[in-house]
Amino acid sequence: MSALFYTASAVAIAATLLAITRAHPVHALLYLIVSLLAVAATMLALGAPFAAMLEVLVYAGAIMVLFVFVVMLLNLGPGVDAEERRWLRPRFWIGPGALAALLFVQLVVMLSGSTAPLAVHEVGPRAVGMLLFGSYLLAVELGSMLLLAGLVSAYHLGRREAPRSMST
Amino acid sequence: MSPEPTLPQILHWVVLLPLASATLLLLWRSVPRVLVTALGVGSVAGAALLTVLIGWHWLQTPEPVTQVLWTWMQLESFTPRIALQLDGLSLTMMGVITGVGGLIHSYASGYMRDDPGYRQFFAYMNLFVAMMLLLVLADNLLLLYLGWEGVGLCSYLLIGFWNQDPANGRAARKAFITTRVGDTAMAVGLFLLFRELQTLDIGAILAAAPQAWADGGTMPTLIALLILGGAVGKSAQLPLQAWLPDAMAGPTPVSALIHAATMVTAGVYLVARLHGVYLAAPVALEVVGWVGALSLLLAGGAALAQTDIKRVLAYSTMSQIGYMFLALGAGAWHAAIFHLMTHAFFKALLFLASGSVILACHHEQDIFRMGGLRRKLPLAFWSFVVGGAALAALPVVTAGFWSKEAILGAAWSGGYASWWTMGTLTAFLTGLYTFRLVFIVFFGGQKMQAHDADNWRMRVPLGALILLSVGGGLIALPLSGVLPADPAAPETHWPEIVAVLAGLGGIALAWHWYGRGATGLPAESALRALAKSGWGFDALYDALFVRPLYALARVNRLDIVDRFYGAVAHGFMQLHKLALRPQTGRLRWYAAAMAAGAVVLLGAAQWT
Amino acid sequence: MSVPLGHALGVCAALFALGLAGLLVRRGLLFSLMCLEIMLNAAGLAFVVAGSRWVQPDGQVMFVLVLTLAAAEVAVGLALLLQIHLRFKTLDTDAVSGMKA
Repeated sequence: MSALFYTASAVAIAATLLAITRAHPVHALLYLIVSLLAVAATMLALGAPFAAMLEVLVYAGAIMVLFVFVVMLLNLGPGVDAEERRWLRPRFWIGPGALAALLFVQLVVMLSGSTAPLAVHEVGPRAVGMLLFGSYLLAVELGSMLLLAGLVSAYHLGRREAPRSMST
Repeated sequence: MSPEPTLPQILHWVVLLPLASATLLLLWRSVPRVLVTALGVGSVAGAALLTVLIGWHWLQTPEPVTQVLWTWMQLESFTPRIALQLDGLSLTMMGVITGVGGLIHSYASGYMRDDPGYRQFFAYMNLFVAMMLLLVLADNLLLLYLGWEGVGLCSYLLIGFWNQDPANGRAARKAFITTRVGDTAMAVGLFLLFRELQTLDIGAILAAAPQAWADGGTMPTLIALLILGGAVGKSAQLPLQAWLPDAMAGPTPVSALIHAATMVTAGVYLVARLHGVYLAAPVALEVVGWVGALSLLLAGGAALAQTDIKRVLAYSTMSQIGYMFLALGAGAWHAAIFHLMTHAFFKALLFLASGSVILACHHEQDIFRMGGLRRKLPLAFWSFVVGGAALAALPVVTAGFWSKEAILGAAWSGGYASWWTMGTLTAFLTGLYTFRLVFIVFFGGQKMQAHDADNWRMRVPLGALILLSVGGGLIALPLSGVLPADPAAPETHWPEIVAVLAGLGGIALAWHWYGRGATGLPAESALRALAKSGWGFDALYDALFVRPLYALARVNRLDIVDRFYGAVAHGFMQLHKLALRPQTGRLRWYAAAMAAGAVVLLGAAQWT
Repeated sequence: MSVPLGHALGVCAALFALGLAGLLVRRGLLFSLMCLEIMLNAAGLAFVVAGSRWVQPDGQVMFVLVLTLAAAEVAVGLALLLQIHLRFKTLDTDAVSGMKA
């Protein structure tokens, strides 16, 4: 199990790194999908198959597809490429890179003391479902309301013609 | 027979009548003109009538009476009251103010009949009379100061009455500011007086002064000198005299009432009222006399060079008030007040007559453009003759003779030889300039068109004042209980004869020079120009005070103090701009800010 | 042979830091949204790791909720992206800086 974990983690990190440095949007999205799949494998290695499955189905399968659809709608193709390359000069990476690295170092320092073992047992879907519709029922209902809100907003905001309330 | 109201019950109506009339005239803007005349003249006439009644009643039992209206304020041991005090001195002053004031108001209703500001004029005049009455009736110095300031305000309002001409406003401001300097000195004197005697009640002060300051000393002298400063300002004596000639910019009734008969005599009244303080400070009393002596001589000389009919009379007023101050300095308290009264009669007469002349000559005031008016304006002519004679102290037949003789006699018997000399010399000058004025205006060839513009409301006061100028010397003033006795008259008569001869000599010289009227304009010379400008005091004060102030203002052109505060505001503006810089509107910048914040917080959480 | 907790959380931290770096650098709006997804995913992974440590399903339940949140957010965010593209004709985040002081 630990071998799967380390391998999948390495793939995930590498894929993420590639995803954030691509100029072409579709390339970046594809690398991100790879990263998400690798994360799903990581979750599997940690004894959470239900979470892994949801990761693949929802995150990689729905959310990323949504991104791809938007890319298609906006016809973001070759022109964007050149523009993005202009915005991706190496010198732009120094400051944010340093900041992110600093944050990473802090997190690692804070978290390095933990040595408890993981993946002792697998926690299956049945246990998750029992809890989800038991103790966390309210959270589930709220989540569904959240999704409804998202649905309505997305429908409203995604209209072609400009709503009267917004002004250019 | 209804019970007679006691004096304490009606005394305040003397002040209240003109005050109520003034308020009504100020507030009711559309009051009909007839009513303005009725209220304006009637209120002062009513006050005069009340004064006569009160005087008649009081003289039967002449004891000082105080009417307390209410307590003004209560601050621990300081509780001034609004209280009116009736004694011989205040009754005399009341009589002068309401009597002469009433006649002048009647004259004014004719003189100002074509003026668009008729209502405001009478409102201010009535307010002035009320304030002046308050001044003389006040039983404590704080209330007196209220009246003092009130008359100063009304003087300002009335000098600058024709406010379309900026020169009038300048004259009004000059008067107000100059008297303000004196008022400030007086206020400081009042503060010191309160600190020394713990009271501002006049009766209490006069009672306490002899014991508190039995051996003289610096404090009573200082207080007396400071209060003298206020008196000098109000009465236009040296060194605060420069405003009076310019105050002639006001309408003639104003000059008659305020700047001849009443307000300018307030200083004399003040010193006389506080005689106890001055007796405890002999040095200050001597200063009073010297102020008077110098003023009367300088003003007499200046009057000789004037060409404006009202300015001659203004300098003449300055000179005559100098006589009153001289009398006070020589200890002749009764004589000073007596001269105050007679001077009110003949000076008001002269001013009102000059008003008739000015009106007749279509507002011309240069005497060298007038001439030979005695046929056209007989009443004005005889007014000038009688008033001028009283001013020059023509023996026996004029009121002015008795009062001026009393003053000069007291100066002689008090041993003030220099003052007597100056007074007698000025008597010569007085006769000279007065009849120079009479001859130039009324004799000789007529140089301009003139027609009599008086109505009966103007003629009656002139007639009344003529009678008073002649017979006023017979009035015996009930001052014995209030003021200390004067020095005895000199045993020999020859000082008196010399003074009379001096006056007659002046008249004779005027006849010699101007008997046929003015023959051409006077020759220009440096001395004449200096005298005409009032001996250069305006230029002196300009160089001493005005120019340095302007220079300072120029130095501070950039307004250093304001710049400091501006710099403070500017600094904050810069800080504000600095604080605005992080708000770039860019998404990544805000995200970076959040990330940096998270880094800082984690760091803080880790190491503390 | 099991994985230490520190390593797993380190992986989460690494993914999160990478997402943050991308958010701070990328100027295109689409890429910014993408990096947000990366960070959300890292947070969700952390929950799963925590659940695995205590051998409780709670971690996975939280992960489900995080997923729900991410889905709703992406829907609305992409709709907004479409509107911005409609109005400003560009997806440059620096161009939509109307909140500048």
